[in-house]
Amino acid sequence: MASHHQDKTKSSAGDEVIPPSTPSEMNTSPIDLGHIEVMQILNEHGEVDQGLEPSLSDERLLEVYRAMILARTFDQRMLTMQRQGRMGTFAPNTGQEACTVGQVVPLTKDDWYSPSYRSFGAQIMRGWPMEHLMRLWAGFHDGFPPPENVNDLPFSIVIGSHVLPAVGLGMGMNYKKKNDCVVVNFGDGASSQGAVSEALNFAAVYKAPVVFVCENNGWAISTPTAKQTANEVIAARGVAYGIPSIRVDGNDILAMVFAVDEAAKRARNGDGPTFIEAITYRMSLHTTADDPTVYRDEQEVLPWGKRCPITRFEIYLKNKNLLTNDSIQEITESCEQEVIAARDKFYSMPSANPGEIFDHLYEIMPEELSRQRDEYRKRLDDKGVDYE
Amino acid sequence: MSKLTMVEALNLAMDQEMARDENVCMLGEDIGINGGVFRTTKDLQKKHGEDRVMDTPLAECGIVGAAIGMAIYGIRPVIEIQFSGFTMQAFDQIEQNMARLRNRTQGKYTLPMVLRTPYGGGIRAVEHHSESREAYWAHTPGLKVVIPSSPRNARALLAASIREDDPIVFYEPKAVYRAFREEVPDEPELMEIGKADIVRAGNDLTLISYGAMMRPCKEAVEDLAEDHNINVELIDLLTISPMDTETLTRSVQKTGRCVIVHEGHRTCGIASEIIARLNESAFEYLEAPIKRITGFDIPFPYFQVEEHFLPESEEIVNAIKETRNWQ
Repeated sequence: MASHHQDKTKSSAGDEVIPPSTPSEMNTSPIDLGHIEVMQILNEHGEVDQGLEPSLSDERLLEVYRAMILARTFDQRMLTMQRQGRMGTFAPNTGQEACTVGQVVPLTKDDWYSPSYRSFGAQIMRGWPMEHLMRLWAGFHDGFPPPENVNDLPFSIVIGSHVLPAVGLGMGMNYKKKNDCVVVNFGDGASSQGAVSEALNFAAVYKAPVVFVCENNGWAISTPTAKQTANEVIAARGVAYGIPSIRVDGNDILAMVFAVDEAAKRARNGDGPTFIEAITYRMSLHTTADDPTVYRDEQEVLPWGKRCPITRFEIYLKNKNLLTNDSIQEITESCEQEVIAARDKFYSMPSANPGEIFDHLYEIMPEELSRQRDEYRKRLDDKGVDYE
Repeated sequence: MSKLTMVEALNLAMDQEMARDENVCMLGEDIGINGGVFRTTKDLQKKHGEDRVMDTPLAECGIVGAAIGMAIYGIRPVIEIQFSGFTMQAFDQIEQNMARLRNRTQGKYTLPMVLRTPYGGGIRAVEHHSESREAYWAHTPGLKVVIPSSPRNARALLAASIREDDPIVFYEPKAVYRAFREEVPDEPELMEIGKADIVRAGNDLTLISYGAMMRPCKEAVEDLAEDHNINVELIDLLTISPMDTETLTRSVQKTGRCVIVHEGHRTCGIASEIIARLNESAFEYLEAPIKRITGFDIPFPYFQVEEHFLPESEEIVNAIKETRNWQ
């Protein structure tokens, strides 16, 4: 895996001093962590490390940019809908778009993706229709199954419980001698779960083709990373299990794409798992049921606005003459229209069918369950509720 | 036909299923060259290779979680947890994923996997090695729970479980592992999951049990027939969930009296569920309260005294006489 390069090119972004985006110098652990550097390719000023610049076509770069805008637009619309009482509890992703989108850019249709609940930007890029995700967050049973031809797991609600099955998918790829890989996303909070440690160990022992993306956004609801772990270098977990591990600036889309692409290539090549700790920041709420002002000094959030992954990528794309203020406006408007169209589609979709809740538990419904379903249907009949 | 122990019969089932379907694989601690701590997987790795019979790190939650992912990918993992007491480490994955992934994905992903684990007391083992917590899994929507009682039905039920598309918890009565031999057909044999077996027909009383407790129940039934002229209908549940309520109901409607025996704890145990169901389906046929003989609601005791904890045939005989004579 590549190391940090210093040969940045100059940009026209000015010389404003922005604090570093990584807490590595704050680490006070007396243990030698193997000097896990934080890889950055595109810095806060839009300056690029040309030695590591991923080789994406102009068209692909613009697709990635649009996916980030779409994620932000979806995020804002979902918050609005939730505040209007037309959406369930929702976990916003504001400020994490580079990390979220970047981790699936290198994936093919045959690769698998195991998201967390904040990964909707990645899910959209993987082919989940936005109205489908709206159904999911609005509490419809048909929102959870991944769409046809999308090799994703549904996200887990119990933190970290999806990571072992994701490793199992990778073991399955080895078993069937496929050259594909799995990307699994989880957070700094999940890193404390025992099952996640077991997953890292299994992946390492069986050389499972898995890319672990630990999206360290600094907060697990109200618990900061410093209270989550005494070693804030979460990538050290990977090292402990014998997994090549790297820290990446999670607000740098180019670094994310580069790191995941390298890891995915290693995985597909039979070289086993990689651990990527992506350092980003949860600028918004844990969920719409959360009020961070109770536990977080909003001063802490401010610098992260200046590290906005979208703004940074815009400077880069402008420097490459791929974007202008006009085209940014066009893309923003088209994303807005796409999200509004998805919202309208969602609003026009059928209401929930209370009759289906027994249908998918077993391949063949056991007799006792069938009796309970009859009892339930009678309850619905008595209440005058329609069902299929 | 060969006369096999339950361990040998289970081994035969796994061997034949692995030969039949290349997607059947095994995961567990020490199941490879060591053949498992009870030797149930003896020689399977030698025959089918390390890629298919996989020794795992010592992490039960990891074993179950990894198997879930493999099953999503179209493989049929048969996993061994060394002792059922250790499945508690895996409760997370069993409850969050194994039991409910089909439901969560509305059938897009199925989990054709079997979690094998020896359960129950009677082998003078240390703490945490004698638990009978089948009620946990029967209580969990989305699982099936199978418990054989003899070499022949163990083989046929395990083979059927491996071919099922729904996840199965397969409890093996370790007290029976090498307790006796039974004729087992050489050719593959399957038994339907979800069906109880009427081991012995009778008209005076219905005795319901499963797993290792079938042995003292059989002894009791023979004693009663010989010495007391009481003709007991003995039912082996075989599948704990989904339970074959029909067979139990028909029998109790015929006999009007019922005793249930299991070594698992009493409160919210399998007998509680059977009594509740018979209360719904056969109340007007009952001529006596249904009696249950179960493990007590204390942790399984250390082995110096375990024989006093486990139900024995004499106690079962007395319970049956009492229920038979109840007026």
